[in-house]
This record gives sequence, C-alpha cells and structure tokens, in this order.
Amino acid sequence: MDDGRPIFLQIAEQIENQIIDGTYGEGGQVPSINEFAAFHRINPATALKGITMLVDTGVLYKRRGIGMFVADGARDRLLAERRERFGTEFVRPLVAEARALGLTTDQLTEMIRKEAP
Amino acid sequence: MTTIVEATGLTKRYGKVTAVDDATFAVRAGTITGLLGRNGAGKTTLMHLITGQEFATSGSIALLGESPVENAGVLQHTCFIKESQRYPDDFKPKHVFATAPRFFANWDSAFARELINEFRLPVDRRIKKLSRGQLSSVGVIVGLASRAPLTIFDEPYLGLDAVARQTFYDRLLADYAEHPRTVILSTHLIDEVADLLEHAIVVDSGRVIIDSSVDALRADAATIAGPASVVDQATRSLTVLHREALGGFVSVTVTNVSDDDRRAARDAGLEVSAVSLQQLIIRQTGGAPDHHTHSTLTEEASR
Repeated sequence: MDDGRPIFLQIAEQIENQIIDGTYGEGGQVPSINEFAAFHRINPATALKGITMLVDTGVLYKRRGIGMFVADGARDRLLAERRERFGTEFVRPLVAEARALGLTTDQLTEMIRKEAP
Repeated sequence: MTTIVEATGLTKRYGKVTAVDDATFAVRAGTITGLLGRNGAGKTTLMHLITGQEFATSGSIALLGESPVENAGVLQHTCFIKESQRYPDDFKPKHVFATAPRFFANWDSAFARELINEFRLPVDRRIKKLSRGQLSSVGVIVGLASRAPLTIFDEPYLGLDAVARQTFYDRLLADYAEHPRTVILSTHLIDEVADLLEHAIVVDSGRVIIDSSVDALRADAATIAGPASVVDQATRSLTVLHREALGGFVSVTVTNVSDDDRRAARDAGLEVSAVSLQQLIIRQTGGAPDHHTHSTLTEEASR
C-alpha cells in the first residue's frame, strides 16, 4: 500500500475497485475495520477513515452491530464516476507521452485500434 | 478526544546538556503514537519524564491529568517497556510473568502464554542466559499482555529478528483493535512501523519538531522531479526540504503540497511521488546520519 496518497484513500479506492470487479456484490457484506487493518497492517483508525469515506459517499452503508454492506446501485455509480475521470487520468497522460515521443494523433489512434479492435 | 499525556514547555537538563528542550505536545488517548527521532534526540528522557522517573527541570508533564512523579494512582495505568530493563539476578521469564498480574490490573495470562509460544521463549531459563532477542521478547510479551491503558515501548525489538518483529507488530495491531488503548512506540525503524501509527511526534536535539497525524504528514509531502526550470517553477510557493540535482534534472522534496499543486506538477510533465515517513523525518532532522547534516540549510541557501 503506497503510492503517496494517504492510506485511507488507498483503502477506500481498493474497496471501490473490488466493488467494480464484483469481489463485493451489492447488498453483500465487506470485511470489518479490524480485518482490513490486520490484512493491510495498518492502524485501525486509518481503515475506519477509509470506510467512513465510503459510507459518506453512499457506497457502503452501516448496519448497526452487524457490519458494513455495499449499497444498491453502488457499482453503477462508481463506474460512471470512473468513466468520467478516465479522460483526465488516463487519456491525458497518454496523449502527453505520445506528443513527447513525436507520435501524431493519427498514429496514436491507429495504435489504440490495434490494441482494441 | 481526550489526551492521556500532556507536556507543556517541558525541559530537562543534565548539567550543560539539554536533553529535552521546551517540549509541548499531547498524546491523544486511544491512539498508537510514534515517538520518533535519531539516537540521542531525547526520546528516552521524554519517556522517563512521562512515567515520572525523572524530574523536569522546568515546564510540566501530566499523565492522565496528574503529575506522574511518585504518583502510584496514575502510574498503575502505565506499562513502560524499556530497552534496558533489568531483572533480579536469578529471575527466569516465568517469574516475570508470574509477578506481572500484581502490577497490571488487566494482565491476560492466556494471551501471555500464546505470545510465549509464538516468540518461542524459554521461560525456565535464567534471564542472564537469554539472548538479546529473547530478552527483548520478554519485554514485548509483558507490554502486550499487560493491556495497560498506556503502554510505552522504548525500542522494544533489540536483537529481535525480522520474523519476531513482524509478530510483534501483528499482535500489537490485532490486540489494539480488540482492546483499544494508548500505545507510545519509540523507534528509529520508522519504515517498519509507519503504517501502524496514527500520530507521530518527532524529536530532534531535544525539541519536538513534528507533532502531527501521520495521514496529514503524508498528504502534505511529495517529491517532485523533472527538468530543473520546470520543477523550480512548480515548487516556487512550496516549502523545500531537500533538493538533489543531476545535470539539468532535479528532484525536490517539498511540504505544504495541496492536491492542486500535485495536479499542476503532473500536468507540467513532472513526476510526483510519495515521500515515506522515514524519508520525511530524515529530511527534517538534518539529513542522513553521515555528512549531509546541513544539506537542508545549504540547499535552501543556494536557491
């Protein structure tokens, strides 16, 4: 766990990823804060912060005394968000690198077609 | 949040040496707080002051709201595991564990037995005959199984190998999660414990130079690298801790970095990367232990 951002953000993002890839299904329970803390070897307060963030954004919901669950519609909403960010987070650096290497937009488009026909 | 330890202008001098210099900080109850710094920075003196084993020269220290000096009322809630704990000459580890319940109200002997197995500690051997690592594990077991509301570990791992240290960290986290309490962990193995800590207090030459949540520290710092002119432009308004140059390429460690700063730097084609807690502390406590002592100052001056 280390790409420079606060660990609680990385925890939150990892849970989001696992909702997107179906590891945690909608309505299903996610591991407890102590389980996350033990697995990632992080302070439980940090894990709590990550989970709280997902509760605040409506991705997870809390059932008192039972645990945390994935909200209905969470996957679709996360997918929509990620698609929106795809341009700035992936396409922009891709284009910048292509420019630095002297590739034209046509060449770049051609390369993308080849990868994803 | 309540505080469990509170120091105000705390100072300790031994003759001409100022071991702790005007330290003001608070340890929040229920956190794992790192007390970090180089050897001789004043960590151990601070812990002695917190546990009432030393008188402050000036300033004040409160443990659970009271002065800890000769105050059995508050000290009974404290377990202090020292790096150089001494035991009576004929003591064996089993004697230590047998007397522990008298000192620690929350002592869990079943948990202690589990730990003894895990650390493979020979409980029937004289403490004098134990290896350095085995001696350390006696302290670690007492510290964990005491479940004291405030547990202080001063460099508890001398001689412990990597496996035993990992066992210690894992057991500490798991037990802390189940039985929340305050833990102060003094260490210079910062990378190993960085993720366990919620809060960090960094001392250097007796002074508290950082007192911050670890999340905030990480969010605040970055290393930005790329062509010198672009990097300098991007880091103009930031606090530069360190600057390294290789030809026209520079790598700068900065603090007070916002998300916008990061984005702007990335958009300018620069590489933005994380600074580990250890790197950050090295930068702030006078560079690598050898000849870089004044790198921060000289770099700043040359800019």
